[in-house]
Amino acid sequence: MRVALLVTHIRAEEKLILAAFNNREISPDIILDRELNIEITQGAEQLAPSGIAWRDYDLIFERCVSTSRGMYALAILNSWGVRTYNTYETAATCSDKLQTSIALMQHNIPQPHTRVAFTPDSAMQAIEDVKYPAVLKPVTGSWGRLLARVHNRDSAEAILEHRQTLGDYNHHTYYVQEYVDKPGRDIRAFVVGDRTIAAIYRASNHWITNTARGGLASNCPVTDQLDEICVRAAEAVGGGILAVDVLEDTRGAFVVNEINHTMEFRNSSQPTGVDIAQEVIDFVIGQIGVVA
Amino acid sequence: MGNRMALCPACDGEVVIPADAMENEIVSCLECGAELEIMCLDPLELDLAPEVEEDWGE
Repeated sequence: MRVALLVTHIRAEEKLILAAFNNREISPDIILDRELNIEITQGAEQLAPSGIAWRDYDLIFERCVSTSRGMYALAILNSWGVRTYNTYETAATCSDKLQTSIALMQHNIPQPHTRVAFTPDSAMQAIEDVKYPAVLKPVTGSWGRLLARVHNRDSAEAILEHRQTLGDYNHHTYYVQEYVDKPGRDIRAFVVGDRTIAAIYRASNHWITNTARGGLASNCPVTDQLDEICVRAAEAVGGGILAVDVLEDTRGAFVVNEINHTMEFRNSSQPTGVDIAQEVIDFVIGQIGVVA
Repeated sequence: MGNRMALCPACDGEVVIPADAMENEIVSCLECGAELEIMCLDPLELDLAPEVEEDWGE
């Protein structure tokens, strides 16, 4: 079985993934996204930077920290019929919060009330429609960057003016959500195929609970209810290997906040007791075996 | 092979390179906090890691 890991660089997760492959006696080639130089029309016959033709790989496992590089690489590889995890379809949906919202809506999966507007004036109206506090997010981005909880009209006006003046066109799509008054934590659930293999609470005194921003991880029991909504959410965006971020509202009901297609999990195996990397890789190997 | 030491290209401080380090792995300088990329293991060569870009993430 010939596998390549497509990366921007090697982080803790990639080392865990490589170790998990090695446990199954597979040694993936490592391909750096910075070395890609692809002739689109030559197809999978051409050589990857590893010196191996793309078509000769049974799987390209995409783990780029650069969302755009990873997504476009998947687009090209999938168009040639090269098998990847995740697929371009899944990556393109997850990398865009608006596209994710649409997918969740189409599959009747609960999510925070969300509005979209394209000018500062209509965005102000959208913010007042969802009521204060509202949350303003860029449609692309990660690690809690550039999120704003907006408490009143004064701060809304300031943030919208800054976004319109300082941001490029990506920041002129105004994605506005109701603020979900969560209990000082959110849930990150790891979905592999059709199963939620583990979940963590991410607790923080700050309203942004990402572990990249200091949120503390602890085990979250995977109940049937949590498993069901997370697996449905994962399927809604195309399925694969995904981290589903879930909020609990004041009634304790789950709403899906966003879905990540190149999930980070270095801090999650210890509290959950689940070897997430090995679960992921065993699933991937099994899937290759199914179609081989 | 055990841990090795390398000089930080930002501050000239000593950086511990773990025995299981890999090329293109990101390590941190504990003296100045710089993120560094291991460009080569033999001979050991570090460079400043790329700056985080707007589309980086999960």
